[in-house]
Amino acid sequence: MVGTLHLRSAPAVGESRLIRGTLIAIAVVFLSVFLLAPLAVVFAVALGQGVAAFFSTFSNPDTLSAIWLTLVAAAVAVPANLIFGIAAAWAIGKFQFVGKGILIALIDLPFSVSPVVAGLTYVLLFGAQGLLGPWLVAHNVHIIFAVPGIILATVFVTVPFVARELLPTMAAQGSEEEEAALTLGAGGWQTFLRVTLPNVKWALLYGVILCNARAMGEFGAVAVVSGHVAGLTNTMPLQIEILYNDYQFVPAFAVASLLALLALATLVVKSVIEWRIARRGARV
Amino acid sequence: MLRRLRKRSIIPGFGLTLGFTLFYLCLIVLIPLSATFLEASKIGWHEFWRAGASPRAIASYELSFGASLIGATLNFVLGTLVAWVLVRYDFPFKRLLDSLVDLPFALPTAVAGIALTTLYAPHGWFGAPLTAAGIHVAFTRLGIIVALTFIGLPFVVRTVQPVLEDLDRELEEAAASLGAGRLQTFSRVIFPAILPAVLTGFALAFARGVGEYGSVIFIAGNMPMRTEIAPLLIVTKLEEYDYSGATAIAVVMLVVSFVMLLGINALQSWNSERENMSVEQPVALAAGVPV
Repeated sequence: MVGTLHLRSAPAVGESRLIRGTLIAIAVVFLSVFLLAPLAVVFAVALGQGVAAFFSTFSNPDTLSAIWLTLVAAAVAVPANLIFGIAAAWAIGKFQFVGKGILIALIDLPFSVSPVVAGLTYVLLFGAQGLLGPWLVAHNVHIIFAVPGIILATVFVTVPFVARELLPTMAAQGSEEEEAALTLGAGGWQTFLRVTLPNVKWALLYGVILCNARAMGEFGAVAVVSGHVAGLTNTMPLQIEILYNDYQFVPAFAVASLLALLALATLVVKSVIEWRIARRGARV
Repeated sequence: MLRRLRKRSIIPGFGLTLGFTLFYLCLIVLIPLSATFLEASKIGWHEFWRAGASPRAIASYELSFGASLIGATLNFVLGTLVAWVLVRYDFPFKRLLDSLVDLPFALPTAVAGIALTTLYAPHGWFGAPLTAAGIHVAFTRLGIIVALTFIGLPFVVRTVQPVLEDLDRELEEAAASLGAGRLQTFSRVIFPAILPAVLTGFALAFARGVGEYGSVIFIAGNMPMRTEIAPLLIVTKLEEYDYSGATAIAVVMLVVSFVMLLGINALQSWNSERENMSVEQPVALAAGVPV
């Protein structure tokens, strides 16, 4: 006991105050320059010419329709990838089968494909010059340079989010609780809703908010399939690009500040979830 | 058929969930990606080589890979330092900064792009003093490195942090009691233990940087041969209706990202093996500390 105490207080473990202070200073300066400053400048420019100028941005019909389209794309992409994530995590987490590793790598694929390339693949498939282009034109179906293309591109880039968060949690839970419920006569759905879902709810929520942040903020993939039709196929990030390139800095940063607020809200929810998981871990 | 592929279990829904997973992946990811390779195969070798290996395309690959490499290296050093400081020390606003590390994941890339450009433009908060000192960041290659450092920042920090937290302090105490200096303990005991995590974070930051578009195009200047990244060249080719040119460059980038995905998977399994191996136990036992 005395020996352990002696070891704990030994000056050899831990750094001198000077080194400690220097390392903390470097970290704080690095994070302030690279994270705090970009965040601060968004709000500084957005509100730089007063609150009235800030709010007048949101009377522009093109900006309003961009906000609407962003909400629509997220409203399709998030539930679609939520259902996919649950199905994938159930199949991979609760069963042993051949080719599991390959399947996990395939789910991760959209993370490693450049968003621009993701957009291009849809253009090559559905565009007028694309594989299905002539058939789509003949049947008067518009996907590229139209809303369906934007939704598809958004779904592509957000495929892995929910599955990636759910998988480790569902695999770690094992199947004993589900087997117990099934043995006691519960149905498959009942077991899922009453046993599995409560166990993974925080990981699920975490995956959903990350998926939503990416869906609303996606730029590269959406830029390629959008065609930039003002008032029709612009999402918020595309509208920011148009306003910025048009030297309309206050409106550009006003729209950007909404997305920055969304990012901050995402970080707050994430911190709360991590805190809850840590507290639950401490109780067990 | 399915039954033979898996071990028997009373849990229901295997066929349904696996079937849906495969169907969805094919529809959203695999069929569109195959379409790209199919288009590329129609182009023909000569044309493919002309577009995919033109001097302008090669300059853009060099820029995308070079700037990502520098950004990922910066994050290798500073990300490890930040993870260390966040795990080992206490200081004011630590939890706030810790939560902010994920900002580049959550902030849309276009917002990051215009914010960084405004900061580093000649009259910006950082740009004005830097320009006075003769350093031009916005609309140069330096600006691209700044943007890619921002985008890659969370990867090294978030892969190293949990490994540092799990690292047994007794290991360092044992090294110290055996006469190792602090620097020696770090280079011989701590660094080898966190190296797989640092390399995984480095590879993730690098892979993300190579394909990055939104945060870079505002600050880059976008001059062909000088400050034009590969994803932007794809967009430019598309806007010129040069579909085969865009496809050739996209296929080059896709092949590279598949190779990187394989590399990252290998690194990650090395990382988790290291974590499970529990190197602390034998050392702790040797040092006479009850486990």
